[in-house]
Amino acid sequence: MGSALPQIDFQKQKNVAQALRAFLPERCVLWQEEDTRPYECDGLTAYRRLPMVVALPETEEQVQRILRTCHALGVPVVPRGAGTGLSGGALPLGDGVLLSLAKFMRVVRVDPLARIAVVQPGVRNAAISDVVAPFGLYYAPDPSSQIACSIGGNVAENSGGVHCLKYGLTVHNVLRVKGYTMQGEEVDFGSEALDAPGYDLLALVIGSEGLLAVITGVTVKLLPKTEAARVIMASFDDVQKAGDAVAAVIGAGIIPAGLEMMDKPATLAVEQFVHAGYDLEAAVILLCESDGSVEEVEEEISKMKEVLRAAGATRLAVSRDEAERLRFWSGRKAAFPAVGRISPDYYCMDGTIPKKRLGEVLNFIGSLEKKYGLRCPNVFHAGDGNLHPLILFDANDADQLKRTEEFAAEVLEKCIEVGGTITGEHGVGVEKIDQMCLQFGTAELEIFHSIKRAFDPKGLLNPGKAVPALSRCAEFGRMHVHAGKLDHPALPRF
Amino acid sequence: MDPEFSKGFSDQIRAAAAERRALRIRGGGTKDFYGNEPRGELLDTRGCSGIVAYEPSELVVTARCGTLLADLIEVLFKQGQFLPFEPPGFGPGATLGGCVAAGLSGPRRASAGAVRDFMLGATILDGRGRMLAFGGQVMKNVAGYDVSRVLAGSLGTLGLILEISLKLAPRPVSELTLALEMPQAKALESMNRWAGQPLPISATAWRDGAFELRLSGAQGAVRAAADKLGGERVDSDSAARFWAGIREQSEPFFALPAPLWRLSLPSRAPQIELPGEQLIEWGGALRWLKSGADAATVRAAAAGAGGHATQFRASDKPGGAFAPLPPELARLHRELKQTFDPAGILNPGRLYQEF
Ligand SMILES: Cc1cc2nc3c(=O)[nH]c(=O)nc-3n(C[C@H](O)[C@H](O)[C@H](O)COP(=O)(O)OP(=O)(O)OC[C@H]3O[C@@H](n4cnc5c(N)ncnc54)[C@H](O)[C@@H]3O)c2cc1C
Repeated sequence: MGSALPQIDFQKQKNVAQALRAFLPERCVLWQEEDTRPYECDGLTAYRRLPMVVALPETEEQVQRILRTCHALGVPVVPRGAGTGLSGGALPLGDGVLLSLAKFMRVVRVDPLARIAVVQPGVRNAAISDVVAPFGLYYAPDPSSQIACSIGGNVAENSGGVHCLKYGLTVHNVLRVKGYTMQGEEVDFGSEALDAPGYDLLALVIGSEGLLAVITGVTVKLLPKTEAARVIMASFDDVQKAGDAVAAVIGAGIIPAGLEMMDKPATLAVEQFVHAGYDLEAAVILLCESDGSVEEVEEEISKMKEVLRAAGATRLAVSRDEAERLRFWSGRKAAFPAVGRISPDYYCMDGTIPKKRLGEVLNFIGSLEKKYGLRCPNVFHAGDGNLHPLILFDANDADQLKRTEEFAAEVLEKCIEVGGTITGEHGVGVEKIDQMCLQFGTAELEIFHSIKRAFDPKGLLNPGKAVPALSRCAEFGRMHVHAGKLDHPALPRF
Repeated sequence: MDPEFSKGFSDQIRAAAAERRALRIRGGGTKDFYGNEPRGELLDTRGCSGIVAYEPSELVVTARCGTLLADLIEVLFKQGQFLPFEPPGFGPGATLGGCVAAGLSGPRRASAGAVRDFMLGATILDGRGRMLAFGGQVMKNVAGYDVSRVLAGSLGTLGLILEISLKLAPRPVSELTLALEMPQAKALESMNRWAGQPLPISATAWRDGAFELRLSGAQGAVRAAADKLGGERVDSDSAARFWAGIREQSEPFFALPAPLWRLSLPSRAPQIELPGEQLIEWGGALRWLKSGADAATVRAAAAGAGGHATQFRASDKPGGAFAPLPPELARLHRELKQTFDPAGILNPGRLYQEF
């Protein structure tokens, strides 16, 4: 996974830093290695690269000038929020500027009556809900990284969270996004109304992984906090049964506020770390939440208990109070770091599958654990079929790293095979760029490149991420054999 | 997508592209009135119909463009599910493809979301006649740009939508409509205030002092909210008829003479002072206006309130149906159109005259 570090061209570094210093104060331009080192990677730490220059603008006008300057100089720019991304989307370029939005920390406006907040991109996800809590409101998407990740990063990745089955992803909860294209042109997508004229460019920009525009302002939709919430912890002695239980809950006409699954290796890791009170005997546990008015929650919890019991749950525990509810969730939300404590390194994957294929895919992952000699606890957003297998490895062992990479690739390909996707919420970044060649054909990739050119004709904004070059797909070897035909027939083979 | 279904279409598109001949993509023709005037040779989508995959516990349905919206709704109904965006048909012939291309959502929009919010994936034929697939059949998918959502409301200008996957939801266990009376300003304030409280409000409509409000959800929640909000409880048959009338625009308001404008505004925008009559939906975010006021005046009022205005139904739509775009967005629109339809043959001019 680690790529060879390109040498930084010091002359170019000096020129670019100087060009930026022409309008940025000293504290906003970093280029010495000790200062740029913290930006060498995002949450996907297996990939590291020193940026040539780091720019930390403080005003929108500075963002615009940085982009104009880099555009004129032909220097690529990589936007960065909090750097918690798990697909290497904010991986710097050795010949580029890393544009950090970390200083854009202001909540610009809260309108409780209209239930919106206008925030700068560096505001942390959880901070939005904190600020609007006095009005009885909150921002619904809650990635597990919510205390650290930025709303700008959320928009760029179309992040989800444990409650997105009922309340939607970032794309469902953002009304408007302002920003700048690579040329420094100001753009404004969506509006405070529920729609805007013309194509839904807002939907295009959300999830575009920093390739189409640098986001400098986000208007989010706020929801009223519900009166009550309770969560059921249901134990199962078999993965397939738990998968069927998920289908049964939804089949019964219930959309739980959250519906999460963890297997035994994951609960064991978590329990050592946060003492969430999980059933350590169970092969898998489901966390199944209901929220709403007190009456509604009572009604739904008893219905869900019935369905889960009928689906073969071996134990059911319902949170008795808010503290217990939060404790049940704390384990789920801390699952990644907890796993991080039982292994030198872990590799978090992110694919989505049709829920009915759950048992099959989990068994497949089990067989890969044997094949590659690596452990892989599973945590996932069961309600929407979004898997997060966590492969445990030691990055200092080159062979383990290689096996991890192959393990991960096989899982992603399985996701495609069963009718799913290679990424549900973490994005493609640099990590899954080769699998994009399997997920899409040449024509779709061409369309993506053409969309990119419409926003960024020179291809300078976060290049090399999210959408693979067609030549890369041809080189990728395992070519997309579809209906007996090879894709990319026009490209030379290597 | 079975290529057999689309062979005829892609041949027709290729031939038209070669000669730069305009094609007019049409399902049941129930939305011919919407947007700018359709023109070009007819491409009838109705031959490509049927539900391809539907598994209720996955909460996803995949169907072909020519499927009758009413048929689809019926199939979902039998499984206790529905399309939460409550799309208008505007006639029994409405097809799923037309519903997505028009991107129009019904009374539940403010609480449940719009067509685009439920788009999971689509297979299209672009302006070169190539079959392309975006998104998928699963609920969370961030691989590639989210093109399928952009198709919602694109009015067939980016491609012929062949097959669509939509996210579904279970139908609410109970519904109750309340009838209240209050003047416009107070109704607007109440709609916004109540939307900020945990109340299961699924639709609102205000017209001439009469304020209808629909609650949907668990029985207990609906009952508790009804007790809190007061007003008169409308019997369920009349309520169903009323909301269908709003959705399908068969309510008497829509028959008033004068062109029909659709003003999409921030929900808390104050009362808009324009000549004519108004009907308010979506918690204040949608204001229907029956008015003979000139286009510039209506557009300026909508823009001034932070939204935009569409000439929805009118015999003549001076300046085009949709609000003009700022130059940088207009450029992006032209380039997206160029990306999908380089010959400019798919529903040219239907969205904006320039393309
Ligand atoms: C422990 C842990 C748990 C996580 N749990 C979840 C989860 O439950 N759900 C989920 O969806 N994700 C999760 N993530 C992934 C990650 O937190 C999200 O993708 C998050 O949205 C990234 O935000 P960030 O500010 O850290 O962005 P970064 O990592 O800095 O950047 C992410 C991408 O966004 C781009 N970007 C950032 N800011 C901007 C901007 N202002 N303008 C343009 N482009 C920009 C970058 O170029 C990059 O491509 C988790 C990560 C960790 C480490």
